Amino acid sequence: MITSSKRTPLTFLVHATVLFLVIIWTIPTAGLFISSIRDKNQLSTSGWWTALSTSEQRLVARAHEPKKQVQEGDRFVIRGNLFEGSAGEVTKFGSSSLRPDEFDVGTVAELKKGETLQVMENGDYAFSSPVEWKGSRGDRIFYTAETPPRFTLENYREVLNAEGLGKSFINSLTVTIPATIIPILVAAFAAYALAWMRFPGRALLVAAVVGLLVVPLQMSLIPLLKTYNLIGEFFGVGSKTYVGIWLAHTGFGLPLAIYLLRNYIVGLPREIIESARVDGASDFDIFRKIVLPLSFPALASFAIFQFLWVWNDLLIAMVFLGNDADHMVLTGQLRELLGSRGGNWEILTASAFITIIIPLCVFFGLQRYLVRGLLAGSVK
Amino acid sequence: MGQLASALVTMILGVMGCAAYFYGSNFLLDKIFPTKSGAAADVARNLRVANNIRPWLFLGPAVLLLTFYLFYPVIDSIRLSFYGRSGEDFVGLANYKWLFSSDEFYESFRNNMLWLIVVPTAATFFGLIIATMTDRIWWGNIAKSLIFMPMAISFVGASVIWKFIYDFRTGGEDQIGLLNALVVFFGGEPQTWLTIPIWNNFFLMVILIWIQTGFAMVILSAALRGIPDETIEAAVLDGANGFQIFYKIMVPQIWGTIAVVWTTITILVLKVFDIVLAMTNAQWGTQVLANQMFSWMFNGGGDFGRGAVIALVIMVLVIPIMVWNIRRANAEMEGR
Repeated sequence: MITSSKRTPLTFLVHATVLFLVIIWTIPTAGLFISSIRDKNQLSTSGWWTALSTSEQRLVARAHEPKKQVQEGDRFVIRGNLFEGSAGEVTKFGSSSLRPDEFDVGTVAELKKGETLQVMENGDYAFSSPVEWKGSRGDRIFYTAETPPRFTLENYREVLNAEGLGKSFINSLTVTIPATIIPILVAAFAAYALAWMRFPGRALLVAAVVGLLVVPLQMSLIPLLKTYNLIGEFFGVGSKTYVGIWLAHTGFGLPLAIYLLRNYIVGLPREIIESARVDGASDFDIFRKIVLPLSFPALASFAIFQFLWVWNDLLIAMVFLGNDADHMVLTGQLRELLGSRGGNWEILTASAFITIIIPLCVFFGLQRYLVRGLLAGSVK
Repeated sequence: MGQLASALVTMILGVMGCAAYFYGSNFLLDKIFPTKSGAAADVARNLRVANNIRPWLFLGPAVLLLTFYLFYPVIDSIRLSFYGRSGEDFVGLANYKWLFSSDEFYESFRNNMLWLIVVPTAATFFGLIIATMTDRIWWGNIAKSLIFMPMAISFVGASVIWKFIYDFRTGGEDQIGLLNALVVFFGGEPQTWLTIPIWNNFFLMVILIWIQTGFAMVILSAALRGIPDETIEAAVLDGANGFQIFYKIMVPQIWGTIAVVWTTITILVLKVFDIVLAMTNAQWGTQVLANQMFSWMFNGGGDFGRGAVIALVIMVLVIPIMVWNIRRANAEMEGR
């Protein structure tokens, strides 16, 4: 722009600073994504930035149950492999949780009552005893292993099925799509009326819309909840319905929608609309055939806004759709998991990524319209 | 699959119902007052009547929805603030007395003030700096896009992302949270960041700054491009250096936009509750008004009176911005 014509020594500094800031801004999301595709044991013991290096882990495994024992000479032996298929390298092992690194790999450890345990580098183990093994469960083996980096989609499979995220995903879509389309329809008609039709009280309505732009949602929640309860009781359907939340999102999104669209529609060339009127077209025809197609960019930018806002909303969903498993949207489910599975990062990271992937696609795909809408809404 | 099908049907019904209203009502209007044929006097009269009614057909749903979802609730919240838990028995000023004698209110009010000072300032500042610098480099648009990205992420999603960064592991275990890993790398002691009084508020604010900087950047960047080149060229000719140009020539010219960005973020800050709810659940002294209001709505069956009082406090904080916005919009309409 300005100083780019003059190559100052500052240029390098600018590049470096911007790069630094970009890294800071993207690292949190990158960390989330990388973590979500890591093996869950590795994820819980080492930072995601070490994802590509082998990690040292302290693990515990259970030996096979006694019925798999075989008699070798005068001893009873249980054999198996600690890794069961996956790769790794054992460095130390032990038989008690207090001393998990008591023995070096390969040594034959003498345990109580003449029992011995041997663990090899590749994970093969052998429990041996002079008398027959009893009981229904195998003994535990504690070991330290170096495992190569492992990436997996297992976490996603788990959250989509077991944690109910798949269902929430559909709930979120059911809430979001109508809650995006309905306000566009309602607001477009209203914006046209406020921009091009003459009627008493127009200026007052425009001022009211601007005023309502900033009314905090919190003001509305309690009275609306009371009203919803009454209406739900009257119709016998309960207060938490999809129609209820669509209309709530519509109501809360309308001020911005009307404001944005009116700003755009009022700027359309007067001649087109006047000449259509002269030709005898009614306002409904003008709106449908001329204004609506011409306003596509503004409609698109509001649609993106509303989509992101509804998809990402937690408050309205919690109040008007409730917290039961059948109606939970993604944000609600994610918050629930944050409370109940606080330490299970493999579940949290995968769930979080599922909740943000759709908005991110919309964002990167339609960024142009989003920016245009932001500018129309703010700089004036 | 059944769920998907029923979801689709509900969606289509909902959207069609809305479209049907507009088509149906306008069709009826044209049927009742035909303007395309008939005697000239009739057409003229019908046209006048139809033109008087049609704006309200267009505006009807919007006005109804705005009244029901925003206007009436504001009035009703004021009324409810004088009523008890269930909203039925009049209690006078009891809720207000409770509010001003409760420690939790002062805690959340203090925290809200911190949020109001720090978040808009930091987001606008970073936004301005980044907007200025990215305009000068060839990969500026990519950089902008990446910094803008958090805007698409929900507050809850962002909370998970940052909670992972603040994660703490006890004892000698490897830290898997980035912040603690850095602290350990530089020889410090790992901390449970979210439980350190006062400072934990700032760790929560970082999340919102991270989200909102992109917004500030996009708008300020457009404003910076709108600055006439002559003013800057004149300053360059007079021997001004980069920083002088920035602070004395560019910033004063976009002052109005900075104010808009600032107030927009301010309003957002007042409404934020998801971050606090998800990160700390308001423990360790991190309560804010919006979250306090939310918990009074539901905790122990809910106390509507107290919830309404807290909502009113938020509303009062917003009113100056509201008045300023309406004035600006009016001035703009008269200018047309």
